[in-house]
Amino acid sequence: MRRSSGPILHALGLTAVILFTLFPFYWMVSASFKTQADILASPPVWLFTPTLDHYREIFADSKVIGAVGNSLIIATATTALAVMLGAPAAFALARYEFRGKSDLWFWFISNRMTSPIVLALPVYILALQLKMLDTHLVLILIYLTFNLPIVVWICTDQFKSIPPDLEQAARLDGADQFTIFRKIYLPLGAPGIAVSAIFSFIFSWNELLYALVLTRRDVQTAPVVATSFMSGYELPWGKIMATGTVIVLPVTIFALIVSRHMVRGLTMGATK
Amino acid sequence: MTRTTSGPNIRPNRGYGRWTPFWFLAPAVFTLFIIGIYPTIFALVTSFRRYNIARPRDGFPFVGLENYTSVLTDGTFWASLFLTAKFYITVLPVEIVLGLVIALLLHKTGMGFLKSLARVTLVVPLATTYAVVGLIGRLIFNRDFGVANWFLDALGVGGLDWLGSQAGAFAAIVIMDIWQWTPFCALIFLAGLSMVPGEIEEAARLETSSKWSLLKHVQLPYLMPGLTALLILRSADVLKLFDMVFVMTRGGPGSATDLVSVYIQRVGFRVFDLGTASAQAILLLVITILLSRLYIRVLYKEVN
Repeated sequence: MRRSSGPILHALGLTAVILFTLFPFYWMVSASFKTQADILASPPVWLFTPTLDHYREIFADSKVIGAVGNSLIIATATTALAVMLGAPAAFALARYEFRGKSDLWFWFISNRMTSPIVLALPVYILALQLKMLDTHLVLILIYLTFNLPIVVWICTDQFKSIPPDLEQAARLDGADQFTIFRKIYLPLGAPGIAVSAIFSFIFSWNELLYALVLTRRDVQTAPVVATSFMSGYELPWGKIMATGTVIVLPVTIFALIVSRHMVRGLTMGATK
Repeated sequence: MTRTTSGPNIRPNRGYGRWTPFWFLAPAVFTLFIIGIYPTIFALVTSFRRYNIARPRDGFPFVGLENYTSVLTDGTFWASLFLTAKFYITVLPVEIVLGLVIALLLHKTGMGFLKSLARVTLVVPLATTYAVVGLIGRLIFNRDFGVANWFLDALGVGGLDWLGSQAGAFAAIVIMDIWQWTPFCALIFLAGLSMVPGEIEEAARLETSSKWSLLKHVQLPYLMPGLTALLILRSADVLKLFDMVFVMTRGGPGSATDLVSVYIQRVGFRVFDLGTASAQAILLLVITILLSRLYIRVLYKEVN
């Protein structure tokens, strides 16, 4: 039934997939270890003596360090808020029937689909009037528009899978709903909560448009600063690629941890 | 949504207090209202005003539908929408076909280690910060030392001024998008393929030796929901697409890569014409809401 070339073709195909997905990433990381001369070489240099100069340079650059710090503060704070607000909401959506529930779902899903530019314009004006431009808070809050729906979605799914018998038993013991949420749903739903938190962190960490528009100098996030190096005559390619690597590395590790849930996080559960 | 927050509509269920879900939902709904709905209403109001912050002396008078008529009669806005559609029609077939091929390779038995490795590496493009994808694109497609031209040379085709020419810049953002989102299609199709019951697939394999008819008659029905989700989600993603294109081309050269979100951002934050930009954003929002409706109607039947 199968020709003998099958396994070879299969292996070649899979190797091609791996090369395809890793090449641009590899090219960035390798450029971050090349000297400027090696980067600018044409034809491109495949074998080179690695240098750590660009990493030394960015770790001594207060702008890069500050930006990574800002990204860390903002992504962590917005994720914590999203979980604190989203997990109880998910509990209600998983366990109660009420009128308007489908409208609520619709609202959460349209948030996933709306372009950030729609909110960036009014939020810019509002932040300008409230003197909130270039603060951590404005980004922490605006990132909730996409984090909260993600957390609600994934946690609702997770809470629905917790057997209702547990809850019945607790209710017979006289536990109220808040106790049931705290003592049963939070601990048993922890894996789903963790996954949703990781997604929330990744999306906040990766965001550029809001950060570009709503920050000036003090609160620039890592993607904004990396992008800002892209101007002028002689581009510091090694520095840019080293910064890019530093930005991408932590989220890649996080993404590998939740790789089994990747589809769920990106589609908000549309495909099971 | 406001109906959910009004308690009396909540039906007491299984002995729960009728206000209980309200207390669990209120903080999230309230927060999303403040940060999501209120600014949207503000944008709607702004879209009826002349609002150029580069010229504050003019004030911000209400001008009725002036912004909308000027946007709808403005060729560049339509051009950016058409370009977005063209981008979608260009990237999606490639991503679907490549994604399906990858999913089939990963679904096939054997090659355990290589297969798990490939499965894991698929996550890398998806997690890469979109802005950094743009930075990588600037490096790869550089006219003088980019590795893309080296590939073309190796194939015997002359080098290209990728980011400096209209067709080249469009091709470059297409390629980077295909790189980033093909894994997404592959993972969705792989999930579909793994839903095919093992017995049925085995029986079909005994019946026919043609992989094509296996795909068409047995596997395709399981791939359809994922495909529908892809068509709608990717259309929303393309309407949202900003970071990668902004970093790579800023919409240029000329307007060769001026996708709708990039274009609106420029009108708002380079020209500072926030009234016009708000009108454009509201129109974009209307398109998105129609898409979301479609999405829900097709894919979330069980919720309603």
